Amino acid sequence: MSLLDAQGISKSFGGIHALDTCSISVEQGTITGLIGPNGSGKTTLFNVMTGYERVDSGQVRFKEQAITNAPPDKVFRLGIGRTFQLTRIFPRLTVLENMHVAVQRNSLKGLFSRWSSAHEQKSALELLDFVGLTSLKNLPAGNLSYGQKKLLEFAFVLIAEPQVILLDEPAGGINPTMINYLTERIRTLNQRGVTFLIVEHNMEFVMGLCDKVMVMHRGAKIAEGSPAEVRANPTVLEAYLGD
Amino acid sequence: MRMFKETSLIFSRQLDRVETLGRYTIVRRYGKMVGLLALLAIAIVFPLVFSNSEETGIALFALIFAAAVTGWNIFSGYTGYISLGHAAYFGTGAYALAIICQVWNVPAGYTPFLFVPVAGLVAAVLAVPVGWIALRVRRHTFVVITIAIFFIFQLLAINLTEQYTTTGSLNLPIPVDWTGDFYNIPFYYASLILLLVAIAISWWVRNSKYGLGLLAIRDDEDRALGLGVKTVPSKLAAFVISAFIVGMAGAIWAYYVFVIYPPTAFDATFDVAFVLMAFLGGVGTISGPILGALLLESTQQYFTSVLTQNGGYYLIAYGALFLAVILLLPRGIIPTLSERWARYQVSRHQSLQEHDAIVTALPTPDGVAENVERKEGINL
Amino acid sequence: MLGLIVEAIILGILTGGVYALMASGLTLVFGVMNIINVGQGALVILGAYLSYFLEQQLHIDLFLGLLLTMPFMFGLGLLIEFFFIRPIKRDRTMFSILVTFGVALIIEGILNIIFSANPVQLSAWYITASLPVGGFNLFNFHVGIFYLPFIYVFGFLLAVVLLGGLYLLVYRTKFGFALRASMQNRTAAELIGIDVERISAITFGIGIALAAAGGMAYGATNLFNAGSAYDLISRLLAIIIFGGMGSLSGALIASLGMLVIEDVTTVVWSPSWATTVFFILLVVILLLRPQGLLGKVEVRKQ
Repeated sequence: MSLLDAQGISKSFGGIHALDTCSISVEQGTITGLIGPNGSGKTTLFNVMTGYERVDSGQVRFKEQAITNAPPDKVFRLGIGRTFQLTRIFPRLTVLENMHVAVQRNSLKGLFSRWSSAHEQKSALELLDFVGLTSLKNLPAGNLSYGQKKLLEFAFVLIAEPQVILLDEPAGGINPTMINYLTERIRTLNQRGVTFLIVEHNMEFVMGLCDKVMVMHRGAKIAEGSPAEVRANPTVLEAYLGD
Repeated sequence: MRMFKETSLIFSRQLDRVETLGRYTIVRRYGKMVGLLALLAIAIVFPLVFSNSEETGIALFALIFAAAVTGWNIFSGYTGYISLGHAAYFGTGAYALAIICQVWNVPAGYTPFLFVPVAGLVAAVLAVPVGWIALRVRRHTFVVITIAIFFIFQLLAINLTEQYTTTGSLNLPIPVDWTGDFYNIPFYYASLILLLVAIAISWWVRNSKYGLGLLAIRDDEDRALGLGVKTVPSKLAAFVISAFIVGMAGAIWAYYVFVIYPPTAFDATFDVAFVLMAFLGGVGTISGPILGALLLESTQQYFTSVLTQNGGYYLIAYGALFLAVILLLPRGIIPTLSERWARYQVSRHQSLQEHDAIVTALPTPDGVAENVERKEGINL
Repeated sequence: MLGLIVEAIILGILTGGVYALMASGLTLVFGVMNIINVGQGALVILGAYLSYFLEQQLHIDLFLGLLLTMPFMFGLGLLIEFFFIRPIKRDRTMFSILVTFGVALIIEGILNIIFSANPVQLSAWYITASLPVGGFNLFNFHVGIFYLPFIYVFGFLLAVVLLGGLYLLVYRTKFGFALRASMQNRTAAELIGIDVERISAITFGIGIALAAAGGMAYGATNLFNAGSAYDLISRLLAIIIFGGMGSLSGALIASLGMLVIEDVTTVVWSPSWATTVFFILLVVILLLRPQGLLGKVEVRKQ
């Protein structure tokens, strides 16, 4: 079943066609990779699918229901989480506080406590442990290293227990040990039923982790298949080299 | 074998440090509470000790401003959307109380104080549409919009006062039976109560899930939105709460000065004052606005009495102070101090570590005794 | 009645040009440096007082005096930028508002001390002498003759000349190209070798120099003292928000629009509601177009 899909999305910025009737589909329970040369529109597609940009035309659907142009907070509450290429966390809040931002419940309860329930407090600590940041929990998040910030962002997206997570270049700018660590975390979560859509340039990472890979070029999908199929596809090679 | 012993010694020393740190934090926390209670006691007793009307006058102005700035901070400090037009709600509260007292023939004395919250509510209600409009723009434009909105309020006040009053001013009831030095006392305590209420609200917001959302908005609003924080209602709610508190401050002020004119109630220098006091003390903290208000308002009152002959010098001093605070202490007194304190603590523990490294190398009875003494030192 | 309205429109356009002069500096500075100089009002008044001083003490004609005041204010602008704005490293927009406010307070204080709080106005033959205008037919209505002091026309011509010069500078020179590049993308401009800091400083200086000219024109047509700065800045800010912050043409349209609306409201309704009407219109526009008439739509950042 297609969990999340984009159908015929077009989006232009001024004269630039970032997305050109782009259609992709993410199956439930998979780890899907999204690759393509720079400028092919991957981040724009993410932005459109998570409500950070409006579409010019086309539809975004989650579990077969249209969510096109829904605002980011609604998208998140539906169960779609995402990380950013340039990691965005809350630098002036502590690591633990960062975790709790995402745990939003109805407004009335929220007025009366910082941590709405013991259960949520427990989840936050568990997740911090999951990404290995427990010892740093009271530090301002701005003091973390780049890799640690990435992990923090990953962790707080998880806290609302999303069904699908869109990762934008999760392996960018971190060392191989950290990459392996992250890969393992993603696999563990996938085994628990979380679906992933990952934009990445690191081919080893993508090919090793993903069940299915889609390739974008100039705002549209040009190929899809298993990692091996995509690697051998001549259209894909041309897209990367021909530009 | 020796290495194992050494590492286990170091490890146990780390655990000890964590434990003593824990004890230290508890002492610190109790110390903080004791300190706050002492401050409260001083504030309550102040007018009885310094009963001179000049002194109580300065003090109550300081309290009114402290409350107003605390209110300002709930919105601007926590969300990071700096409002340079909050004097609009101060004036609204002032006008609201004046009009209420006139229309309902409220007698002088303690009764007008009961209507102060009502005046605050008027300001809060007006803040709803204002905030809704103002918060649709991005931060930079927002600041400028708040200035424009302030002037709209001032203009409306001027026009409406002209139209509906003969004197161009509004009067509030004057409690004639409060004579001499006693006159200021009820105002003082009313302001103190307002300040305590403001602090309570500020503290409650800051420590709630809602307040966490506001702080997240301050750091990265779109990221917060993407994590499910309802940014628009959150900001608007903070805006309205702050208008409520500032409105109440304006009401008490109006009652104290008993005659208000449009330019005095909607005074642009109050806009400046609120911001400057918050920045001086520390935007976004709870105690910062209070410290800033107390420092600045007392200085201001002192200056007005000394330098009344030439307003120019006063403006220059104010402007220079403004620049000094912004350029030299951009985070404010409280955050700078607490940062220094934290750094001091870190360096203290670092030197502890160095000491311990030496101690572990010398497993003599003297060395152990030294270590114990050190721990005692931390407990203090 | 129609005659009065026509008169109001003409007057509005003429004074609007002067306001455009003052507002252009403000909006340009925002566009290039992303800072809001809330001291512009005080600087305009400073310019007015400088012209006043030159005229009173040295009997230099107001327009000729600009040859002195404008370069002086340009230099002052460079100094202010260097000492007070450049040191701000983070949250530039926010802190610039507070810093320029502090500078404005100091300027006001100094002016208050030197010139006292007595309102003054500049004097010259063309301020008192007026030009008969009117006596024509419009839509079958006769517009009677009314007398327009020359200064309004001269002031407008000054604005036209200076704004025209600004336009040429921004759109036809290398400097202007660098300026526009800095406005659009600061980092990219730096990468292609544009000294954005120098451009910023010069732009700021230009903004203040324009304030000097605007100040002269303002002071010639209004009674003023140090306290007039507040009123002025509130209107200038309203103008640039209305027109869209960072847009020169927006500032021009907004200035003309504001003044015409105000003057017509004065005639049709009452003077005390004139400014209020404009501000309310501002709010309405913001409801429909939060970025102002010609402002850039904000990208979904902060």
